[in-house]
Amino acid sequence: MCSYIVEKARLSGSAKGASGWMRIDTANVYFDHPYHAPFDHALGIDFVCEADGARERVAVEISAQSARELVKSILAALASGEQAHAQAAE
Amino acid sequence: MTYPSLIAETVSFRGHKGDQGEAYSARPTRAGKFPGVVVIHHMPGWDEWITEVVRKFAHHGFAAISPHLYFRDGPGNPDDVGARVRAAGGVPDEQVVGDVAGAMALLRAQPSHNGKIGTIGFCSGGRHAYLCGCRIPDLDAVVDCWGGNVVVDDKSQLNAKRPVAPIDLTEQLRAPLLGIFGNDDQNPNADQVNRTEATLKRLGKTYEFHRYDGAGHAFFNTSRPAHRPEQAADGWEKVFAFLRKHLAA
Repeated sequence: MCSYIVEKARLSGSAKGASGWMRIDTANVYFDHPYHAPFDHALGIDFVCEADGARERVAVEISAQSARELVKSILAALASGEQAHAQAAE
Repeated sequence: MTYPSLIAETVSFRGHKGDQGEAYSARPTRAGKFPGVVVIHHMPGWDEWITEVVRKFAHHGFAAISPHLYFRDGPGNPDDVGARVRAAGGVPDEQVVGDVAGAMALLRAQPSHNGKIGTIGFCSGGRHAYLCGCRIPDLDAVVDCWGGNVVVDDKSQLNAKRPVAPIDLTEQLRAPLLGIFGNDDQNPNADQVNRTEATLKRLGKTYEFHRYDGAGHAFFNTSRPAHRPEQAADGWEKVFAFLRKHLAA
């Protein structure tokens, strides 16, 4: 199906795209037909800066299973990284 | 035998409110008069597959055009432009109707035009095709390929851009309608397809519906795992037969 549903995650950081680094403030997250990835549906994330007009994006299209694994990896990296940095600070 | 020659090009057209945008167009190069077809792309945007569809129509003797429905959010690569439109919640129905009417005007202006025009849309474009059939009185044929949200069960999905479920405009449909659906599709699901057919029947509309087992959404699309070669081949035959019948001069 073609969906208009987009989850918007507010965030702070930078992303590197076709024209170099840019600041980003939003991730548009959706599960729909991809443009490039060879799946019927894919989890798409477009990192953009709405404050700058959102004309550029850094995009990914990944399978549903990949997306779930990525979520776990992000949480795992945060947990181990924050723990390591906390220990280093002690 | 020889394959028919065709010309394909990106052209400029005037869409809703006279806005100037771009469209992909293809037509046979041989002498003669050809019916027109407006090809409506799906939600992700004006992609390579839709240009293949336009050329396919030209190969089969139609003058086809696919307006870039997101041109106002350009410039940029169609995928990036599509992402902007998605983030903004899509394009307004009224604007799509105006853009399709503008593409029709460009077809009518071609010296080789035979006077008849149909439209075909895929996915969200199928919904747009159904909508245009109800809103543009001089369309001669409409093909809805698995258009989702023609029937809107959750009224909270209606908004300023999509204020009315197309099914509720069916009374205004004047052109014959062809519907192509996969029985494994979830949007539209089999019940929604049945209800659409029931509405067309109740209102005495001219229509053909073809439902395919072993197929879901977007089963014509050769670039996706959803592609079902056997069902798609039969579906294309149905599309061409329908349009040749209703778009003959």
